[in-house]
Amino acid sequence: MASLRELSKKKDYLTGGHRLCAGCGHSIAVRQVLLASEDPVVVGCATGCLEVSTTIYPYTAWKCSYIHNAFENVAATISGVESAYQALKRRGKVDKELKFVAFGGDGGTYDIGLQSLSGALERGHNMLYVCCDNGAYMNTGIQRSSATPKGAWTTTTPVGSVRPGKPRRRKDLTAICADHNIPYVAQASISHWKDLHAKAAKALQTDGPAFLNILSPCPRGWRHPSDQTVKMAKLGVQTGYWPLYEVENGVWKVTVKVRQPKPVAEWFKLQGRFKHLFAPGNEALLADLQADVDSQRERILARCESTQE
Amino acid sequence: MSKTVALTGNLACAHAMRQINPDVVAAYPITPQTTIVEEFSTFVANGQVDTEYVTVESEHSAMSACVGASAAGSRVITATSSQGLALMWEILYIASALRLPIVMHNVNRTLAGPINIHCDHQDSMGARDSGWIQIHCENAQEAYDTTIQAIRIAEDNRVRLPVLVCLDGFIISHAIDRLDMLDDPEVKKFVGEFEPAISMLDPEEPITVGPFDGLHGQFFEFRRAQELATLGSLPVIEEIGKEYGAVSGRPYGLIEEYKLDDAEIAIVVLGSTAGTTRVVVDSLRADGVKAGLLKIRSFRPFPIKQITDALSGVKAVAVLDRSLSPGAIGAPVFQEVRSALYDSESRVPIINFIYGLGGRDVSMGLIKEAYTVLSDIVKDGQVKQTINYLGLRE
Repeated sequence: MASLRELSKKKDYLTGGHRLCAGCGHSIAVRQVLLASEDPVVVGCATGCLEVSTTIYPYTAWKCSYIHNAFENVAATISGVESAYQALKRRGKVDKELKFVAFGGDGGTYDIGLQSLSGALERGHNMLYVCCDNGAYMNTGIQRSSATPKGAWTTTTPVGSVRPGKPRRRKDLTAICADHNIPYVAQASISHWKDLHAKAAKALQTDGPAFLNILSPCPRGWRHPSDQTVKMAKLGVQTGYWPLYEVENGVWKVTVKVRQPKPVAEWFKLQGRFKHLFAPGNEALLADLQADVDSQRERILARCESTQE
Repeated sequence: MSKTVALTGNLACAHAMRQINPDVVAAYPITPQTTIVEEFSTFVANGQVDTEYVTVESEHSAMSACVGASAAGSRVITATSSQGLALMWEILYIASALRLPIVMHNVNRTLAGPINIHCDHQDSMGARDSGWIQIHCENAQEAYDTTIQAIRIAEDNRVRLPVLVCLDGFIISHAIDRLDMLDDPEVKKFVGEFEPAISMLDPEEPITVGPFDGLHGQFFEFRRAQELATLGSLPVIEEIGKEYGAVSGRPYGLIEEYKLDDAEIAIVVLGSTAGTTRVVVDSLRADGVKAGLLKIRSFRPFPIKQITDALSGVKAVAVLDRSLSPGAIGAPVFQEVRSALYDSESRVPIINFIYGLGGRDVSMGLIKEAYTVLSDIVKDGQVKQTINYLGLRE
């Protein structure tokens, strides 16, 4: 495990000067993942915040080769790049070791890109797919995705007189990817850099497909100050909303134990997207959301217990 | 040395792919294209090619993976039909805008609904404005020959555009035809080694592919550059067709004329119907009718000059369209041929026959009917109806 000092000396593939918002979690996620690679990387990016903010023509913030194709197809696109690599390597036209990493937001991964991702995972490409999950379509202006937490305000689940935000609980994409029985799947957070770095290193060393789901707060969409990003991610973990775990060759394991999760309200109350939950009369709603977070966490813990060697 | 074989159009295409031995094939099965990818899978399974064969989960992913593989610097081929081509629609535009020399067979089949698996050109007409070169084949021989030429056209430094090789579903794809194949080394020599313009696989020379064209970007200029490249491919398609002729004895051009020199009436058509029309022309000629045929091989780019020159001496023209554009002034090929002739000196009368939708059979009798209407126009000096239908039950 590299120290921070050592990591700070490594080549940064994403330069400063990109145009992501102040306080965006994505650049932290990207850097932490790519710093874990021992080999040069080739990056694919789905349409989204990361894409539009890092490659405004004629500029690019990427110091590695990079491809953007469309919104829903970064997994298929990077699988094509990786296939070309395999073919050209076999034919002696390429000899270097390279890693292939796809980045998508939750919209591009949980929703519109799910089929493309599922296909690429099943086919077994030697690639890492990273979902930077900020829980909504932030690039188009904070619309709900299937990663949006139940109860959250978004511009397509506004808080009205009869509807209190998003009515449905979120999709558990990490588990869905794990159930593809690929070699390595993990859930990580930008707030726990050691854990994230270790997972990214494992994922990149995996022979075959790997998937990382990273909690990456969005100050604009979550409605929190831009200097609170890491704290928001940390509370997501500490409340049990975002358990940190990995699934290595079918074995589920919690990597950061949260023995006594904080009440989820402590996290919600710092974010404007949950403000309505604290209005008088919404106590039952809040209790219901707490129960949801608890049951989801317990389900993950149960799977960890049942597959431990 | 060539070898005469009996193959379906699809197997002819699959054999051309085997001889080309591309770096990557990413494809998804769909009727009537399926036997291309099935046959190619057998070549992969038996080690007759060492292509990286990506068995994607949809046509959208097929074209997406082709874009990734081509941008990475590899030679890429795929194949599709109908709904599959429609599902790729979004990525067709990206492939051509990135100037990626991908070659794709489109085994023409109509678009639902109602769902129908048979031939018409509605699918490839939907790709008309996508920036792909679009070449239509008359038979299995042409499908085979055009596949090999398409690699050279797509990869030519003056072009660098994807090429769609169209062959009529079932009529060409599934009928066994006699054709001549080149020897494997001849094909290998003709297509040559792929020298990619860009590669994503050299870490010393990283590139950003597909950047965001901002708010005050260069989109208009890029699109115009793409148009210029497409127009610039006209002489390249001719040149490569000639070069292929020197190797195979079968030269190709942008169009093909049949008994047009002294023709008074002419039919313009794409694809397999040209074969049927040719027989009708012979039969009419035997009866003293001066009939001729113009087959358009390259629909994109549209060879305006060649078409207007070819039709300059005729007195009436009918364009046969195997697609329908609801609410338009006739179907796509008619629209363009008529538009091309508008500027010609003769301003010859021109009518449209929409035929064969959803695989409706087109017989010699129906084509004869179209020629009869043209003869009447020449005789009476007037067009009674511009848009007509052949074989429609009314």
